Amino acid sequence: MVTGARPRWGRAEGVPLHMAEIRFILIQNRAGKTRLAKWYMQFDDDEKQKLIEEVHAVVTVRDAKHTNFVEFRNFKIIYRRYAGLYFCICVDVNDNNLAYLEAIHNFVEVLNEYFHNVCELDLVFNFYKVYTVVDEMFLAGEIRETSQTKVLKQLLMLQSLE
Amino acid sequence: MTVVECSSYQSTVVGVGDTAVDLDVPVCIQVAWHLQSHGAAFGTFPWAGKSKEAEIKRINKELANIRSKFKGDKALDGYSKKKYVCKLLFIFLLGHDIDFGHMEAVNLLSSNRYTEKQIGYLFISVLVNSNSELIRLINNAIKNDLASRNPTFMGLALHCIANVGSREMAEAFAGEIPKILVAGDTMDSVKQSAALCLLRLYRTSPDLVPMGDWTSRVVHLLNDQHLGVVTAATSLITTLAQKNPEEFKTSVSLAVSRLSRIVTSASTDLQDYTYYFVPAPWLSVKLLRLLQCYPPPEDPAVRGRLTECLETILNKAQEPPKSKKVQHSNAKNAVLFEAISLIIHHDSEPNLLVRACNQLGQFLQHRETNLRYLALESMCTLASSEFSHEAVKTHIDTVINALKTERDVSVRQRAADLLYAMCDRSNAQQIVAEMLSYLETADYSIREEIVLKVAILAEKYAVDYTWYVDTILNLIRIAGDYVSEEVWYRVIQIVINRDDVQGYAAKTVFEALQAPACHENLVKVGGYILGEFGNLVAGDPRSSPLIQFNLLHSKFHLCSVPTRALLLSTYIKFVNLFPEVKATIQDVLRSDSQLRNADVELQQRAVEYLRLSSIASTDILATVLEEMPPFPERESSILAKLKKKKGPSTVTDLEETKRERNVDVNGGPEPAPASASAVSTPSPSADLLGLGAAPPAPAGPPPSGGGLLVDVFSDSASAVAPLAPGSEDNFARFVCKNNGVLFENQLLQIGLKSEFRQNLGRMFIFYGNKTSTQFLNFTPTLICSDALQSNLNLQTKPVDPTVDGGAQVQQVVNIECVSDFTEAPVLNIQFRYGGTFQNVSVKLPITLNKFFQPTEMASQDFFQRWKQLSSPQQEVQNIFKAKHPMDTEITKAKIIGFGSALLEEVDPNPANFVGAGIIHTKTTQIGCLLRLEPNLQAQMYRLTLRTSKETVSQRLCELLSEQF
Repeated sequence: MVTGARPRWGRAEGVPLHMAEIRFILIQNRAGKTRLAKWYMQFDDDEKQKLIEEVHAVVTVRDAKHTNFVEFRNFKIIYRRYAGLYFCICVDVNDNNLAYLEAIHNFVEVLNEYFHNVCELDLVFNFYKVYTVVDEMFLAGEIRETSQTKVLKQLLMLQSLE
Repeated sequence: MTVVECSSYQSTVVGVGDTAVDLDVPVCIQVAWHLQSHGAAFGTFPWAGKSKEAEIKRINKELANIRSKFKGDKALDGYSKKKYVCKLLFIFLLGHDIDFGHMEAVNLLSSNRYTEKQIGYLFISVLVNSNSELIRLINNAIKNDLASRNPTFMGLALHCIANVGSREMAEAFAGEIPKILVAGDTMDSVKQSAALCLLRLYRTSPDLVPMGDWTSRVVHLLNDQHLGVVTAATSLITTLAQKNPEEFKTSVSLAVSRLSRIVTSASTDLQDYTYYFVPAPWLSVKLLRLLQCYPPPEDPAVRGRLTECLETILNKAQEPPKSKKVQHSNAKNAVLFEAISLIIHHDSEPNLLVRACNQLGQFLQHRETNLRYLALESMCTLASSEFSHEAVKTHIDTVINALKTERDVSVRQRAADLLYAMCDRSNAQQIVAEMLSYLETADYSIREEIVLKVAILAEKYAVDYTWYVDTILNLIRIAGDYVSEEVWYRVIQIVINRDDVQGYAAKTVFEALQAPACHENLVKVGGYILGEFGNLVAGDPRSSPLIQFNLLHSKFHLCSVPTRALLLSTYIKFVNLFPEVKATIQDVLRSDSQLRNADVELQQRAVEYLRLSSIASTDILATVLEEMPPFPERESSILAKLKKKKGPSTVTDLEETKRERNVDVNGGPEPAPASASAVSTPSPSADLLGLGAAPPAPAGPPPSGGGLLVDVFSDSASAVAPLAPGSEDNFARFVCKNNGVLFENQLLQIGLKSEFRQNLGRMFIFYGNKTSTQFLNFTPTLICSDALQSNLNLQTKPVDPTVDGGAQVQQVVNIECVSDFTEAPVLNIQFRYGGTFQNVSVKLPITLNKFFQPTEMASQDFFQRWKQLSSPQQEVQNIFKAKHPMDTEITKAKIIGFGSALLEEVDPNPANFVGAGIIHTKTTQIGCLLRLEPNLQAQMYRLTLRTSKETVSQRLCELLSEQF
């Protein structure tokens, strides 16, 4: 077996195989109740339940001195806690942690504006609106729109149709 | 970080009517209120007082009510239908099964009211699985909405496709969506959705999304005025570019200029897209990721502009923050880290690499844990670049400190990773010592990994093997439970192969065994090494044969069966090494606890060893129990284990699912890798003498239980990928030549060089890793069908299972043609890249004509033989259209390349080509004549082959016809 010198192409053309893609978004409260579950991959119901429980278990044991990132199976969870709610995004290990961390915050600020001081029950009773907000901001596992102004404008327009 | 107050539980339900359904109140609040007012308890809601049973009872009642409404004689109006479908959804989301209402939901899709449509689509997205019978109806509704020109409805329909993403939907809409995406009059928000919807379909069913005119227009969306459109389009382009880099090449310069405009903009320029004073951070990240699909731009202007962008981003990191908010620094650093990833990916600008390293160095001591973590992680990749390796090393003290003091175990783990990555000969002793001392207090979760790392570093950078032996024994002492078989097998292998360390090893294990409580792994290593090399220290009265034996035997009864089996082998080796303890050992073997041991293996060993020691002569004993021969040098199986650990060893369902849509190189299915826990390690019989269950000849072969000799971690299954696209074309190109590139994708290049003489040949296969990441478990396999196997003999050796980033490995295949053959062997390559399993199959161009020997002959001879081969089975003819320009010189070259002699002035028609040669096989030689008649006018050829064997004529004709 001979290991030759660098082949002529150098290493520059190496391509990271999977690129940014959200696998799922979960909002859970401290007790583990799911307030939103948005899946961007096919899972069966049992698997979803298992994931929900596992995410809850890994996230809730962490404190403020810990990072906002946890390795999770072959992925990672980027999460942030707001009062009693954990907002968790599951992405590939080579994805940009801080970009998703701020994507969560951006999302929360939109919810807060839209529901005028959002609280946990807003998410429960207005679940169908929350799904709309999610779809405006994240679609197909990608960040779709980041401008709070644009998202809110669109949400108000949709609200006017109700 | 709390920006949201979560105090007002009541506020949400204030103003909701008591029991009556109030039409002005959003329907879901009504649902909740309705249920609540009947006393249902919902899980952990603050007011929930009733039991789970009560909740179920209440819900069943509600479900019955809804069911009766749906079944009722009175047709429901849209509003009621929506209300009940929404209730069903709510109940489903509370965790209860829903098995009806689908039809009503589908009906809502055709409503003209937004709210009704929206609930319908939501129900479909959440509850309808792709193989539902309703899919046709749903698709129909989606189709109408897509055609409606109502942006709201189009948006709903596109989101539904993006959320469900089934194959049926791809079949129905993959053609339509690109049109919506690039149409001039499509609204911006619809474009955004269409781009991502298409991305989803491309991920689930890439075969159904045809590339076409739209692709170039999609690339130009990078120039779009609306940054939201650019954001969505960048994701789409990035994914498409990974698979079709050529087609999307122009995206590089567009992405660079877009990025440049963003990073140089004043913080207010982008208005809506400025986030805490950072201009368009997410879009910047996406653009930087898109650029990571490509090498550094070739155009100097573009390249210069990109370098400027990257420098600007690095400069900004040094500027004072525009805000104290963490959002500001996070957004800014998100872009910075992505820029650093790109710099590392390009690995071509030493200046940028060193600047990146310095920046990360600052973060190593930042007060934010997130930043320290990310800096460690990012520096780990930087350590592998030759330009920045030294710069990374300067941070060693900080990293060691992090390993000792970080509170978050995941940060410590990154620190350990980085130490491992920055280790080289100059600092190996320090790093290994630090890791060893960390091991004493390390979290259980990462001990095994640290053990593997220490073992690898100690071996890799051992100048002095006594240091290596000490290190491994320390490992066993500190973390014996975490020292896997691979590690202790390896130390034995190394000691056996290096006679300069054997005496030291014997002395050291003897001393280590003196400890009153030593780990069983130490007993194993000690037993094995003393059994082989105990004689080297037996001269010292403090470690005389009897003392050695007594020391080992004092541990015997506390050990597990496999270790005891190993010790019995040590004892019989002692019988050979030290005749003076033979009687003592025979007594031990003869004792009831051995001869009548309940364990079959132990009993059998005792019986056989006792017998062997009694009847065999000294000479026979010496032969049978000779020192182990050196092990063949091979890659450390520890390394394989570590890679396995770091890689996808924890195969989970998530990974399973991921695999389904994940990129195999050419779409082959991934075989199920053995999960970490189910890895079939060799049975721990510790059968180091190779005695196994095959009595009674304990001679020679290296240990059968030694996992070193078997790559136990290779994936168990090995489904072979279907042939890579283009494989046939490439195969055809090699019919007339022997060298060149057989296969190439973004990761891997396979080059060939081959030579043939008579019926023998040798092929050199070069596997080049085009990436900067190691390939793991790299396993090329040659596959021959049964029919082919009997006609073609292929022999090769396995290659090293790791292929470093940028490296090339070579494999030699020795070829023997036994008899003529038609098929070609398939070369299947499986490996792991990053987290993904790759599976590539290509046809290996070993063709019958390679065994041609040209034969020169005169015109007369030629036609005489031609006539001799005139029976119908001997001749095969093919008339075909020219696929390439009909150039005489090229044709000549091809015929010569094919292997036959090109006979000039033989054919009366000078435009024709004739050739002759002999195919050599082991069993026979076959004379072959060929004639190629071009017809320039018709752009056709007629090819005639005459050989003494029908199958040969047939095959040669097939092969050669493909060439013109």
